[in-house]
Amino acid sequence: MSAAEHEATDEHPVRLSARQLARRRRRESFMRGWRTFRRNRSGMLGLVVLGLFAFIALAAPLLASAEGLEVTKATGGVLEPPSSEYWLGTDDQGRSVLTLLIWGARISLFVGLAATVISMVIGTLVGLISGYSSGWSAAVLFRLTEWFLVIPFLPLAIVLATVLGRSLFNIALVIGVTSWPSTALLIRSQTLSIKERAYIERARVLGAGRWHQIRKHVLPNVMPMVFANTTLTVAIAILAETTLSFLGLGDPTRVSWGSMLEDAFQVGAITTGAWWFIVPPGVCVVLVVLAFTLVGQALEEVLNPRLKGR
Amino acid sequence: MSDLLRMRDVSLTYRTEEGDVPAVRDVNLDLDRGEILGLAGESGCGKSTVASTILRLQPPTARVTGEVLFEGEDVLTMRWGDLRALRWAGASIVFQGALHSLNPVRRVGDQIAEPIHLHDPDISDKKVEARVGELLEQVGLPAARARAYPHQLSGGQKQRIMIAMALACRPRLIVADEPTTALDVMVQAQVLHVLSGLVHELGVGMLMISHDLSVLADLCDRIVVMYGGRVVEQGPSKLVFGEALHPYAAALSAAFPRVGDPAARFAPSGLPGDPPDPADLPPGCSFAPRCPRAIDECTRALPELRSFGADRQAACIRVEQP
Amino acid sequence: MSLTTAPTAVETPRPRRRSYGRYVVGKVAGSVGSLAFVLVVNFFLFRVLPGDPARTLGRGRFSTAEQLAEFNKTYALDQSLPQQFVTYVKNTLTGDLGISLKYRVPVSDLILDRMWPTLLLVGTSTILAAVIGVWLGIRGAWKRGGAFDKVSTGSSLTLYSMPEWWLGLLLIAVFAVGWGPIPGIFPTGGLHSVEADPGTLSGVLDTAWHLTLPVITLTLAYLAEYSLIMRSSLLDELGEDYLTTARAKGLRDITVRNRHAVPNALLPTTTVIALSMGYIVAGAITIETVFSIPGLGLLGVEALEVPDYWVLQGTFMVASAGVIFANLVANLLYGLLDPRVRT
Repeated sequence: MSAAEHEATDEHPVRLSARQLARRRRRESFMRGWRTFRRNRSGMLGLVVLGLFAFIALAAPLLASAEGLEVTKATGGVLEPPSSEYWLGTDDQGRSVLTLLIWGARISLFVGLAATVISMVIGTLVGLISGYSSGWSAAVLFRLTEWFLVIPFLPLAIVLATVLGRSLFNIALVIGVTSWPSTALLIRSQTLSIKERAYIERARVLGAGRWHQIRKHVLPNVMPMVFANTTLTVAIAILAETTLSFLGLGDPTRVSWGSMLEDAFQVGAITTGAWWFIVPPGVCVVLVVLAFTLVGQALEEVLNPRLKGR
Repeated sequence: MSDLLRMRDVSLTYRTEEGDVPAVRDVNLDLDRGEILGLAGESGCGKSTVASTILRLQPPTARVTGEVLFEGEDVLTMRWGDLRALRWAGASIVFQGALHSLNPVRRVGDQIAEPIHLHDPDISDKKVEARVGELLEQVGLPAARARAYPHQLSGGQKQRIMIAMALACRPRLIVADEPTTALDVMVQAQVLHVLSGLVHELGVGMLMISHDLSVLADLCDRIVVMYGGRVVEQGPSKLVFGEALHPYAAALSAAFPRVGDPAARFAPSGLPGDPPDPADLPPGCSFAPRCPRAIDECTRALPELRSFGADRQAACIRVEQP
Repeated sequence: MSLTTAPTAVETPRPRRRSYGRYVVGKVAGSVGSLAFVLVVNFFLFRVLPGDPARTLGRGRFSTAEQLAEFNKTYALDQSLPQQFVTYVKNTLTGDLGISLKYRVPVSDLILDRMWPTLLLVGTSTILAAVIGVWLGIRGAWKRGGAFDKVSTGSSLTLYSMPEWWLGLLLIAVFAVGWGPIPGIFPTGGLHSVEADPGTLSGVLDTAWHLTLPVITLTLAYLAEYSLIMRSSLLDELGEDYLTTARAKGLRDITVRNRHAVPNALLPTTTVIALSMGYIVAGAITIETVFSIPGLGLLGVEALEVPDYWVLQGTFMVASAGVIFANLVANLLYGLLDPRVRT
């Protein structure tokens, strides 16, 4: 409660400004949404798992020494099975798989999030503009979105990664640039349906400019859906990063879950039965992607109560 | 057997996470062949729910007590095979056609033919086609319309398709659930004309459900008014519409202005407040919170349905015996 | 016994063939437009290369100035950008996709050679996944919340969150190499055994045996999404009014589901399958890599090493064209299923 609200008494009820009212209403609807989300068991489970991995990624230096990543300092044997010293065994260079796993979380999560930001920014802008404006700019954007949607993601990513070079930023860029169309289509259809609503017309008659309308009316109604879509996009982005790294397009100096699996594949860990090198990175990817998916589905349920109980 | 439909103390309760919600409470209803009975009330009063029990179409989460006797047999406890035979061939329903009561990806002719094939498996395709054409002409549509898809038809045409479909297996009872809502006035008049003509020509019994009392007053022989899941008044339609006993029925009929009646132009109409939430019913009479004639005693006990003459009943303690 | 009121203006429904024909023309035109766009994108992608194009594109092949000049002339590398584009389009449309730097043969030959393993792999997996996935989705939605539904949805979600190539690695480790009590009976990769002659019956069986694990992997990966979508679409349909009408007619529940709900629920599923073509292509690339299947996907990945630009450009073109074509087929199919888009 603000200071003004604290001072209110029964005789002198505080008159809240429009902005304070709007803020309070937003807070109430957020609390309501949170309560609905809490009731979704799988969504809560996903949130817990995400929290765990976020902690691991952020606290990596505390959990495992960065020296463990350096090939020159590796002390273990080649592809040793798990032991009391190396809980998850060693990789083909003698490094602890557990250390690689912990530090790999950083790269996988970071690239996934960065790619998602790029994708959501482009997708939301294009979606808003093509949904809200009428006229040729909207038509061109829509046509462009449809065309980009057709281009298959992985071949394009491979080509771009080859042409641009292998770095973390490029990978994030490639994923972002290839995954915005589906977001744009979603935002566009949502914007179109909001545009139909009566209060937009009234605001327009009252003289509201186009950007004012988008900011005040369209955006707040579209944001919840953007939020839910973002969560699902992160899941796809992480899978994409893992795949690109596996194919050898990632940054060769950084360790990610995908690059671990690439190493495992290249050195024939499958045929030698070094399961500790193959299984853990994949399991981590599945857990994180599944967690994001569950959270995203729970968010969709909060937005669209019709989906409850699926 | 002259008694077509007899409902005795029918109650329906929905089982939800928050507890039991009574949607229909102790409804009694009689309908005979050749008769049109109107069922009136605001949305949410339980009239469609009551009608759904006639063919046991209520949702599986609902618990129903009482008896729904169709030609003497209780629909609620009928064997599954008998119920399927009853559906459409004994009694059928005209749903609101203007919305989504038709399968969007199948031709309307096929949808009309479907129950015919189902209830008469040996019938030839040619006969079915002829029958479909005959049904379409009965409702005033050309037989060629059978090849159309629902999205190619107007609201009025779709409603007539629903009527034609309901007649397909020559039922003895037809339930018309809001047949003219979502239609404009001119089309409304046409559809009602078709319906009333059919009843008199075919001698079927019809239960017409609507929130528009003026529509029912015109067409129906008798009217039953529901509020909050209960019957609050019933009687001959002219009397229920013109001289309602129950305050709610009076308000309902006043809500629809009569053209040509100068008094109606000045009389206040419309009811304040909202219909009661079945999950949270007020104590005593459900209408008391909105009733202009309510007194303290109204909130103490549920008013019984009392008789006021040969075929007149009302559930209100404020109505005096004439 | 006719109660004819004045019927509304009689319009005969437009003949079905004409409106579907118009729909087809529209969709084909759209596909051609998409193809044109892909051509443009493909062209510009590779012109972003740093350095002298001839040196990079014709790396290590030319020793004399004449050979370089000849190469430049064929691919118009010494001309202005618009000229290059025209040459590029002309070449592509006549099937000249350049020469592979690695294999020293025309790219178009390589592509034709390696196309059929990919089509076999992807085609079989997609069809199997569509059939099984749709069936799983229907059963799950119909008995929502039941044991089958919970297991099916949980497994689908997990499979959907899994990189399909990782699943492939696991399957190889368990069923091809052997793990614990399970013997490694499947081949670890490749399309044929060394001794097998693909033309004979035993050769065909041998190929099928080699494709078993890859097809199982891809099928599992694809069906997860299809079953989730089908389940969701059917659950959406189950609330619709026309199903109450169907039940009121006396139809059995199973008939209501299969004859009325499912055909409507298949519509959004078809759309989603069309949209997932890109994912199908990605699956082909990764699974061919993991199982060493000599198809188009592996060709593209191998081209990364050199990098073999003409092959990359060619496979990108073919992949995009394939997706566009598959989308077209899906759209045409949708037009047959949903009469509303035809009018």
